[in-house]
Amino acid sequence: MSQKNSTKISVQNLNLHYGDNHALHGIDMDIHTNQITALIGPSGCGKSTFLRCLNRMNDLIKSVRIEGKVIIDNKNIYDKDVDEVAVRKRIGMVFQQPNPFPKSIYENVAYAPLKHGITQKGSTCDELVEKSLIQAGLWNEVKDKLSTPGTSLSGGQQQRLCIARTIAISPDVILMDEPTSALDPISTEKIEALMLELKQQYSIIIVTHNMQQAGRVADMTAFFHLGDLIEYAETETIFINPAKQKTEDYITGRYG
Amino acid sequence: MSNYSGSQASNPFYDPSLNKRHFKAKAFKSFSIAAIIFSISFLIFFLGDMVYKGLPAFQQSYIQIEVTYTEKTIAFTRKAIDRKYRKVVSRAWLRDIPKRVKANPELLGTTQMTWVLLNHQVDQYLKGHYYKVKAKDLKLIQAMQEQGKIELHFNKIFFTHGDSKIPENSGFKSAVVGSILTLLVTMVVAFPLGVMTAVYLEEFAEDNRWTQLVEVNINNLAAIPSILFGLLGLAVFIALFGMPRSSPLVGGLTLALMTLPIIIVSARAALRSVPDSIRQAGYGLGLTKVQVVQDHVLPLAFPGIMTGSIIGLSQAMGETAPLIIIGMIAFIPDAPSSIFESATVMPAQLFTWAGMPERAYVERTAAGIMLLISVLISLNTLAIYLRKRFEVKW
Repeated sequence: MSQKNSTKISVQNLNLHYGDNHALHGIDMDIHTNQITALIGPSGCGKSTFLRCLNRMNDLIKSVRIEGKVIIDNKNIYDKDVDEVAVRKRIGMVFQQPNPFPKSIYENVAYAPLKHGITQKGSTCDELVEKSLIQAGLWNEVKDKLSTPGTSLSGGQQQRLCIARTIAISPDVILMDEPTSALDPISTEKIEALMLELKQQYSIIIVTHNMQQAGRVADMTAFFHLGDLIEYAETETIFINPAKQKTEDYITGRYG
Repeated sequence: MSNYSGSQASNPFYDPSLNKRHFKAKAFKSFSIAAIIFSISFLIFFLGDMVYKGLPAFQQSYIQIEVTYTEKTIAFTRKAIDRKYRKVVSRAWLRDIPKRVKANPELLGTTQMTWVLLNHQVDQYLKGHYYKVKAKDLKLIQAMQEQGKIELHFNKIFFTHGDSKIPENSGFKSAVVGSILTLLVTMVVAFPLGVMTAVYLEEFAEDNRWTQLVEVNINNLAAIPSILFGLLGLAVFIALFGMPRSSPLVGGLTLALMTLPIIIVSARAALRSVPDSIRQAGYGLGLTKVQVVQDHVLPLAFPGIMTGSIIGLSQAMGETAPLIIIGMIAFIPDAPSSIFESATVMPAQLFTWAGMPERAYVERTAAGIMLLISVLISLNTLAIYLRKRFEVKW
């Protein structure tokens, strides 16, 4: 249990500006290893923006200015000597819309490990692809059609393919930005079960609009509102006995 | 229309304004159809006219007469045939007698019944066009025709010879070869430059004043009259760098300048149409920008880039004005064998022929246009094929 509570990511006084728009106000948050942390809150509250700060995806947007620290494994990822490409290799990301590459299922999984030099072409690569697809719970469905385009799969399968692609480079943390909002309930259930399995090995941070989902899968839940982190606690506490009035209003549907 | 009639009482869906709205839609549709029919009829008229005028050029008249090959007739080729035929056969054919003997030494000292090329005036007479032939020669031709000694053969010369001042001896080959060499230069220069520029502007460049200026200038470049590119080519490539005048090298570079903006604009559009989610996916996996662009964005944009480039190239192929300025309008009897030799291109050759007084050049011009258009159509077909072939199913 002690390992479970160790801090993986420590966010300290994180401020983010889109040009003149102050989007995140001094966020402080510790995210734990081998847990699922859910970020909830109304649209535009900054939870996706916050998520994208954790693997420096916001660096791609020109007008963004970020202050504060995101410390992962005792290193601030915004330090000058940290390359954002290296950060993103360690902090994988799954997006709202399934976005497999327009290549075969095999290539979708194998591409990044080959580029990172994690594996070489040949049997080791085949093994890695198989292992990743098994972990993502997709192997049985696709093992006979690895050379068909990833885009030919159904939405839920595509999303699991994207997860397989992410875990193939063995990241420490997986960020998920509303990974099931484009999927039907059955696919959603599969992804949720997958997340619960994956948290044995990875730390998972998920943005979701679906509060039942947060309740079902998350160990910790953070409630964001208008760029502020209102409350961050164990999921049960947030849903049953929130400390702040705003959180309760949102949870009970009186707000939002 | 009866559907819309009636009154509120009998028909709850009755709407008096509908008749008018439907009429407007119908009028709009018929105007559009009329416009299409109008332009198609222009096209058919133009193509039909070209084919009608050009088809005769693919045949040429020959006469079967005795040709004597001796040392004397090699020196004075006119003496190889009977005096009475001298005004009707082609000077060019007689001029080539020594060449023929050289290729076939056993001809020497013999007299052969041979199909001899007739000159263009007789040829035009036989094809029923305007002609200038003396009455005496005309009688001879008619007599020979009755004996079946005059025939129309396939005009091989048109495909194997270059330009000539003797119409029956002129062909399109040097222009075709010149066009190919010129376009090769254009393609080799414009395609990589254009695609790289587009990739830089679309994927790497920051959106600041400087890139906006470059962008505006590229768009304007596409609208510059092509003859100005010719002046630029003359001033830069020939005057400044001293490249050989009239050469496919200079022509190709000049056309490359002209094609660049087209390629850049279309390649940028193709890159922009690649969904951003692909880039996000790549960055999310810790790939570098170059890896994302090279392996994921470019392959998706490739069909669009190819289409744009081929359309740019086919436009360059039909271009004449800038090439006139840099001297590619030259009289080129022999096809160029390298990009440094003097050459002409198809449209420039057509321009030259169109200005010739002899009636026989009219059919050659039309036949040349047919060739040029069929090459253009095949290029565009290729563009469509490539787009379909490499299109990624989404």
